Amino acid sequence: MRELQISPSALLVLRHHVESLYPDEACGGLLGSKDSPENLTVNESAPLANAELAERRRRYLLEPEDVLQLERHAAAAGLRVVGFYHSHPDAAARPSAFDLEQAWPWYVYLIIKVDQGRADELSAWRLADDRGSFESLAIGSDESLEPEGRAR
Amino acid sequence: MTRIRVFVPTPLRQYSDGLDFIEVDARTVGEALGKLTARYEALQRHLYAENGNLRSFVNIYLNDDDIRYLESGVATGVKKGDEIRIVPSIAGGVSQAPGTMNMEFSPDEMRRYARHLIMPEVGPAGQRKLRQARVLLIGAGGLGSPASLYLAAAGVGTLGLVDFDSVDYSNLQRQILHGTSDVGRSKLESARDRLLDINPDVKFEGHELRLTSQNALDVLDDYDIIVDGTDNFPTRYLVNDACVLLGKPNVYGSIFRFEGQASVFYAKDGPCYRCLYPEPPPPGLVPSCAEGGVLGVLPGIIGALQANETIKLIIGQGETLIGRLLLFDALRLRFRELKLRKDPACPICGDNPTLRGLIDYDAFCGVGQADAQQSQQTVPVITATQLKARLDAGERLRIIDVREPHEWNICNLPMAELVPLAKFPSQMTSFDQDDDIVVICRSGRRSAHAVRLLQEAGFRKSYNLTGGLLAWSDEVDPAMPKY
Repeated sequence: MRELQISPSALLVLRHHVESLYPDEACGGLLGSKDSPENLTVNESAPLANAELAERRRRYLLEPEDVLQLERHAAAAGLRVVGFYHSHPDAAARPSAFDLEQAWPWYVYLIIKVDQGRADELSAWRLADDRGSFESLAIGSDESLEPEGRAR
Repeated sequence: MTRIRVFVPTPLRQYSDGLDFIEVDARTVGEALGKLTARYEALQRHLYAENGNLRSFVNIYLNDDDIRYLESGVATGVKKGDEIRIVPSIAGGVSQAPGTMNMEFSPDEMRRYARHLIMPEVGPAGQRKLRQARVLLIGAGGLGSPASLYLAAAGVGTLGLVDFDSVDYSNLQRQILHGTSDVGRSKLESARDRLLDINPDVKFEGHELRLTSQNALDVLDDYDIIVDGTDNFPTRYLVNDACVLLGKPNVYGSIFRFEGQASVFYAKDGPCYRCLYPEPPPPGLVPSCAEGGVLGVLPGIIGALQANETIKLIIGQGETLIGRLLLFDALRLRFRELKLRKDPACPICGDNPTLRGLIDYDAFCGVGQADAQQSQQTVPVITATQLKARLDAGERLRIIDVREPHEWNICNLPMAELVPLAKFPSQMTSFDQDDDIVVICRSGRRSAHAVRLLQEAGFRKSYNLTGGLLAWSDEVDPAMPKY
């Protein structure tokens, strides 16, 4: 199983984002180095507003403008968008049928189960080439991915 | 046919030989996309659903326009130089009962408050409370400086500040809100710049006014918590009474020389300032910081404690100083704590309050009376200008300075004699009743006291230098340091 490396601060930020929005779904971008050909490293997470208005407790949506803006933000930081995270409030950290239907190839999808307000399960996925299933990724937390100059 | 560029998003570049754009010849957007998928077959299933329509999460932009919102959609014609962009939208989620939305934090806020957010006692809920809180600080001085800096940094949403003073060099030793380049500016302007630099998300509300019985209720009513950083008794009683009447917590701090006090007066849950000090001290007994001095770091410690208590009140965590008076001795480095009880007979927060509104606090504290006494009670006076003229005319005057030796070392009149006020009653008997005696001090207050003693002892030709050495500096010799 291939492994996704994620920095502790990126984990911290997304964890508190998804907890703060509970019981609504939270979503955001994952930014990683341009130099990683495998695209399996995450240096930063970028919380974004859930553009889904009607069904925030079971859906998330990032508009194309949000994605473009995130890409600009990533480029300015010398990074690129490698994927997205979203929460499953009180539901398993497994991709739903809807997640599969909506998925892009290549992007990493990180899913966080938020159980009664606490983030307690994390899983990472990538769409298989045939669009029919997700490949599961192992998750490792890597200190060396901390953005430079950030105080611990 | 026109040659245009179609930009491919990163997730699809693995299917376009890694290219981020492809050049194709086409008349419409649809035709350009058709050429693209014809050249790179794998793109087809990612862009189009089985029914042949573009997938819902695939967005096609012609220059800056989403073609969904263009009249002709994919049939929109293209011209030279146009760019087509494939832009992802991202969606997903689980099935659950629909609900309402929460407040959320921007990415900047997440980064800024990360150290708060990771502590369960604060967390997102506490940070939200901080953002919603409205705090008013009375005074942008020694206590208001650290208190406002930390409250702004902590993310208190609205910070009000009451002050009508401007920044003076003598403030800089402790009022760290202001810098050397701010000298002469209004303290509110200086504070606004500093606080918004620390945290631009703070809403700053400046009240450039002297707090009075007429305006206090209006000003305070807009806020949740009042932080008292005043330096005088009338305003302290005014702030206390207004807080009791409005039912708001009053985060109290005071400082003098090396000693500080802090408490939270919240009549709803505990005692108020009047329960602790039913009456102000006689005017003149307790010197102000201007007269007695203050260690510069002391307000830093007490003001930071006030910020600490304010934050705890906002997030509803921990034990606040309600019902406790914290005493701090900076010289011996000791914290002591006194238990405070609510006084059932308190005239404002007791069982049968007699005060139902704000009163004349200058009169209550005897401030006006003391001034009136000083000027009216037959104390002969001499102005600095008059004194200078008489000295220049060669008149023989005996000048007695009743300040303390360390004050004398800061500045003095060379022809004066130093007789500190405490020694004055015993030494004045040696004075000659025929001499013209001028008594001086820093402000004219202590010397008035001394002249009164002289007059009562029969020294008819004794005079008080009105305004003291401060007036001398203003009227006669600007080189005389003011302290």
